[in-house]
Amino acid sequence: MSTHTGLTRTPLRRFLDYAVLSVLAFIFALPVIYLFMGSLKPSDEVLNGLSGFLPTHLSFDNYTAVLDSLDSDSTGYFWRFMGISLLLAFVVVTGGLFVNSMAAYGLSRLKWRGRNAVFALVLLLMLVPFESVAVPLFYMFNGRRNTLFIQAIPFIANAFSVYQFHTFFRTIPPSIEEAARLDGAGPWRTFFAIIVPMSKPAFASVAILTFLTQWGSFLWPVLMVSDPSVRPLPLEMSVFQAQLPPDWGQILAFGVLLVLPVLIVFAFFQRWFVQGVASSAVKG
Amino acid sequence: MKSVEPAHAAPPAREKAPPVTAAEPARPARSVRRNRDWLHGLLMSTPAVAGLIAFVGIPFGYAVVLSFYNVRLGSPLAPTFFGLEQYRRLFTDPDLSGPFLRALLNNLTFAVVVVPVQTALALGLAILLNRKLKAIGVFRSLFFMPVVFPMALVAVIWRLILARSDQGMLNSALHTVSFGNWGAVDWLGDSATAMASIIVLSIWQGVGFQMVILLAGLQQIPGELYEAAELDRASRWQQFRHVTLPGIRGTLVFVAMLTSVLSFRVFDQVYVLIRGGGLDEDAARTVMYQAVTTAFDQNNVGQAAAITVVFFLIVVALTLIQRRVVRPDNED
Repeated sequence: MSTHTGLTRTPLRRFLDYAVLSVLAFIFALPVIYLFMGSLKPSDEVLNGLSGFLPTHLSFDNYTAVLDSLDSDSTGYFWRFMGISLLLAFVVVTGGLFVNSMAAYGLSRLKWRGRNAVFALVLLLMLVPFESVAVPLFYMFNGRRNTLFIQAIPFIANAFSVYQFHTFFRTIPPSIEEAARLDGAGPWRTFFAIIVPMSKPAFASVAILTFLTQWGSFLWPVLMVSDPSVRPLPLEMSVFQAQLPPDWGQILAFGVLLVLPVLIVFAFFQRWFVQGVASSAVKG
Repeated sequence: MKSVEPAHAAPPAREKAPPVTAAEPARPARSVRRNRDWLHGLLMSTPAVAGLIAFVGIPFGYAVVLSFYNVRLGSPLAPTFFGLEQYRRLFTDPDLSGPFLRALLNNLTFAVVVVPVQTALALGLAILLNRKLKAIGVFRSLFFMPVVFPMALVAVIWRLILARSDQGMLNSALHTVSFGNWGAVDWLGDSATAMASIIVLSIWQGVGFQMVILLAGLQQIPGELYEAAELDRASRWQQFRHVTLPGIRGTLVFVAMLTSVLSFRVFDQVYVLIRGGGLDEDAARTVMYQAVTTAFDQNNVGQAAAITVVFFLIVVALTLIQRRVVRPDNED
């Protein structure tokens, strides 16, 4: 990434830059430090004023406790919640990449009567925020509450993803496809064998944005899921933190377990995250 | 950036081969391919488009229909046609309009504070982070990190930070710096500070998102502009006013509009904290919270649908303004 400020940086300026950034970053990171620190402390020391930050009596007891206490028929199974969230994320991300990219290709590269009307419809549906269809969807699918199916299926087709792919595909020079077609490849083969491998950045950033949204998904599970056996992690988190008396150490350990998969993905794919956000913005 | 609004899209393909009846045997290869394009294009877009119609289009139409009926969940009575009654009640029936208008007002307060504050903060951070320093990437990731945190978790962390006893992080800090004069405020439970608390934690989680967008905008400003400004002996403030701001005007407007749309959709943190965190319900309820509780706790689906429709109209109005404002800048 290139940066421009134009100013020549003296060592003093550089030092000041680092100082300002470090102080801000520290303040900004405090809640995260608190989360990790607290998850390693005995519960009665978590909510204990500023000493909640001090690294005393650190242990992984809370993690063991969360995994144990959430290991019965009455409270549910932690790994089950985790598995459900992972499964839902997997289905929504892969299914979404598949159908949305395919649709975007059909709409951007194949010429057919009506494709503009269809694309206009997609853009129109992009305006509808999920929140404003949540209540009627909940009413329509009331009989299918507490199923995995209803948690995943409404989120696979995604107008915004179609739009992102569409924008990307339009930048591919037509000559590439023409060459493929002259070699006898049909639209499907052209798409899967040539366009998809060329479009890794688009796939990565759509995948990441979808994963992020799905992993944190909350409103829909609140409406559709009451049975712990199909409950995803964020919903279980809100149930777990509302128990009385609250066990803070365990709650924070739970929180770390909830965010860890995303942080790992984030650590590996930072560039795509940032690119995905930035491109969604400039083009959205 | 390429604009792909429908109005700018290519005109319907006129160059397509003339319609040929399927029975006709001999056709040039090219027109076969074109004809098949029609089929393939349709086939390829069908799954996604069908999904969108089933899970966005139809439910949305259904919301409008439901809002004209008196529908109750689990009621033995059949739904009755209600006309505009749900909307009338929403705005004039004191029992119902009280909480609803309060929710609208809360949303408005949230947006009015969050949009300028978060945008300004994001801009400040983006400028700070737009430099050639070693490890700048680490700092960028740090400020972006909360964006990946699920809101349900963010709410829980801040529930502890804002805990009402003097053992709460913030109260404890205030207690220390004020030598014991301050510090047992019930940040979430007090109606005066409930919304402010929601605002603070929401900004903390969301500011990195805007920061990244603005950073991308800043990096598109050509460095020569700053060099020229420097030759003209422009101060840093003048450079900011006359180079930076005009350079990212479009991005800035976009970010502000995006934030206002997103700020109307606020739900997760409010729900989690009202349900389990002692957040003052009246002071913090938002329109989405109101819709969910109306549908779910009061089983009043018709009314919830009406709230949903009003919510949608507000969001669409904001989105349309956004598109109108940003478009000139987006064109090549």
